[in-house]
Amino acid sequence: MARIDLKGVAHSYGALEALQQFDLTWDDGGRYAILGPSGCGKTTMLNIMSGIIRPTRGSIQFDGRDVTDLATAERNIAQVFQFPVIYNTMRVWDNLAFPLVCRNTPKDAIKTKVEEVADTLSLTELLDKPANRLTADQKQLISLGRGLVRDDVAAVLMDEPLTVIDPDLKFRLRRKLKEINEKYRTTLIYVTHDQNEAMTFAQKIMVMDAGKIVQMGTPGELFDRPNTTFVGYFIGAPAMNLFDASVVDEHKIEVNGHKLAVTPSLSGINTDNLKLGIRAENMSLTNEPAAGQNALPLEINRVDDYGNYKLVLGKFGGFDAKVKVERDHVVGQGPTFMTFASDKACLYINEHLFS
Amino acid sequence: MLVANNLSLKVGEETHLLDVSFEMKRGGLYTILGRTLAGKTTLLKTIAGLVEPDSGHITLDDTDYSGRPVWQRNVAMVYQQFINYPHLTVFANVAFPLKKQRLSQTEIKSRVAKAIDQVGLKGFENRKIQELSGGQQQRVALARSLAKASEILLLDEPLVNLDYKLREQLREELKGLITEEFNAQGVVAYSSTDPLEAMQLGGELIVMDEGKILQQGPAKQVFEHPANTRVAEITNDPSMNLWNAHRDEGQFRIADGLNLDVPKHLSKVAAGPCILGFRANDITVAQDGVGFEVELSEISGSETILHLRRGDNRMIARVSGVFDAKIGDMIPVNINEGQLYAFATDSTLLHSPYEEKS
Repeated sequence: MARIDLKGVAHSYGALEALQQFDLTWDDGGRYAILGPSGCGKTTMLNIMSGIIRPTRGSIQFDGRDVTDLATAERNIAQVFQFPVIYNTMRVWDNLAFPLVCRNTPKDAIKTKVEEVADTLSLTELLDKPANRLTADQKQLISLGRGLVRDDVAAVLMDEPLTVIDPDLKFRLRRKLKEINEKYRTTLIYVTHDQNEAMTFAQKIMVMDAGKIVQMGTPGELFDRPNTTFVGYFIGAPAMNLFDASVVDEHKIEVNGHKLAVTPSLSGINTDNLKLGIRAENMSLTNEPAAGQNALPLEINRVDDYGNYKLVLGKFGGFDAKVKVERDHVVGQGPTFMTFASDKACLYINEHLFS
Repeated sequence: MLVANNLSLKVGEETHLLDVSFEMKRGGLYTILGRTLAGKTTLLKTIAGLVEPDSGHITLDDTDYSGRPVWQRNVAMVYQQFINYPHLTVFANVAFPLKKQRLSQTEIKSRVAKAIDQVGLKGFENRKIQELSGGQQQRVALARSLAKASEILLLDEPLVNLDYKLREQLREELKGLITEEFNAQGVVAYSSTDPLEAMQLGGELIVMDEGKILQQGPAKQVFEHPANTRVAEITNDPSMNLWNAHRDEGQFRIADGLNLDVPKHLSKVAAGPCILGFRANDITVAQDGVGFEVELSEISGSETILHLRRGDNRMIARVSGVFDAKIGDMIPVNINEGQLYAFATDSTLLHSPYEEKS
């Protein structure tokens, strides 16, 4: 186990800057996700930690020891990829024992460790089976198990490990990962483009965009207070509603001719790029807003019924707007207004959260 | 109308299709929903003529499609993988199938331009495929299908290989595109493993499992009245929770200390064994609830998904708000009895909470 520090790290592929310079610490025993769209640099980030890529600038330390120039094999990193990497012709037992056999570990120690890991991963009954007989999620567990048999693993790095797993089996793997994290205090770093996977797996999520770390936070923080409009768009389904706004006075803004109260003090703020961000989950629909309530008119175009809830889609001025309502909500006739509490609104100046 | 009669296909010992029959009307959007290996892709390929069934027939209006090769069927198909001609430009890719149709140059140009515009790739006409992102490549494949103006459009999990966020965006566009533009003339069949996607597309739902059609009907109706427990599992994410129960006087007995009051809509369930079903959303954390052990707690921003267990009874709950629970914690929960489903022991639906309302 180890704490991983990346100091002044940056990486370019030729002229193409894949990662802008950053400092970052992964705490020992943490459960992390790196989240972002294709091409945001998340896999480059992972490859720098595992030693597949040497960064153009900066250094990497495991517990204070500089490993920047060490190869993957010398870094005590375990990796799980999108597709299970296992020896199909070997039994499950031999697959799990392989890394220990390669390190000339005494037989007794191998037996103890393989049995312990197999027990944790619920693979005990499969130990004598040939690996090619297993389901995709079991194979992925073996990939993971091979990383866990070693006592010296600093971190397990996973690149979209659930891609090939059937949706209803994903839960089993996610649960195992959490159990392992709690039992062995193994640092787990998980790369994905899927916000659901990241949110449900990690204690802290690092959101990346275009080679930059945009925000590192808990799932709740990313949802409630996105640092940038990009995070507001990328986290949450649907994306955060964003409306262009202008400053009226210290605690008032104007959006498309409507005045709204906001929490942060805007005194002295002079900007031509102010946006109001509100989650579809944080707005309600009403035909008769109360006096003094934040209310914006909505022209409804469509109602998508998801069974457990409804998503109302419409226009507010020139902007698209979405509001999530209860499944038995009846969309009324006549003018409809979106209402929301001021403390649920986020303000963005030049696309960055203002608070 | 596209009609299938008793399609069956076995490969070796494996059943890929079993007695599949349906009618798809022109102007209809049909979502084929099922887990991996349910036979969805095989069914679409059978419609396209890429797979020949062991038995059964497919007809479009009065034309028998049996034994007809792909190129003599009026079909366009979009695959999970982005299939394009990598060395050709976007324009040439979209125009490709039209060249064989002996259309005039002007006609080809206008159709291609329209399709490219519809999928939001205007300005990309002269780009090579390799220069495009995955999402853009799939848009090209879609544009090619639209330009062909086939009577049958088959979409085989077209968004599954895209980034999550892009999937969300394209799905919304797709719905508009296929319902407004294509749909008027033809039949659209869309396969998916994702119940949310199926609900969003709306339309008619065809639920498949192990090569068979389990249920067919308007999406909302299937959601509210799943014909059996398997449909209830497939059409919900997380799966519907299902418990064995025993109906007594005023109660459903489930296990020691775990009983549910019989709600009004289930009062007709006969005394004896049955299966109760309820959705993850119909569980709330409440101080006066029954204690369950947390097997896994997952926070997803505005919601927490709890995997819970009491004895042999497991369930998945989706509660709003951030609820910090550790593996092994005990928490009290209530199940909303007003939303209970009752299934017979042979798994068929007895009563749904939506009966009175519909």
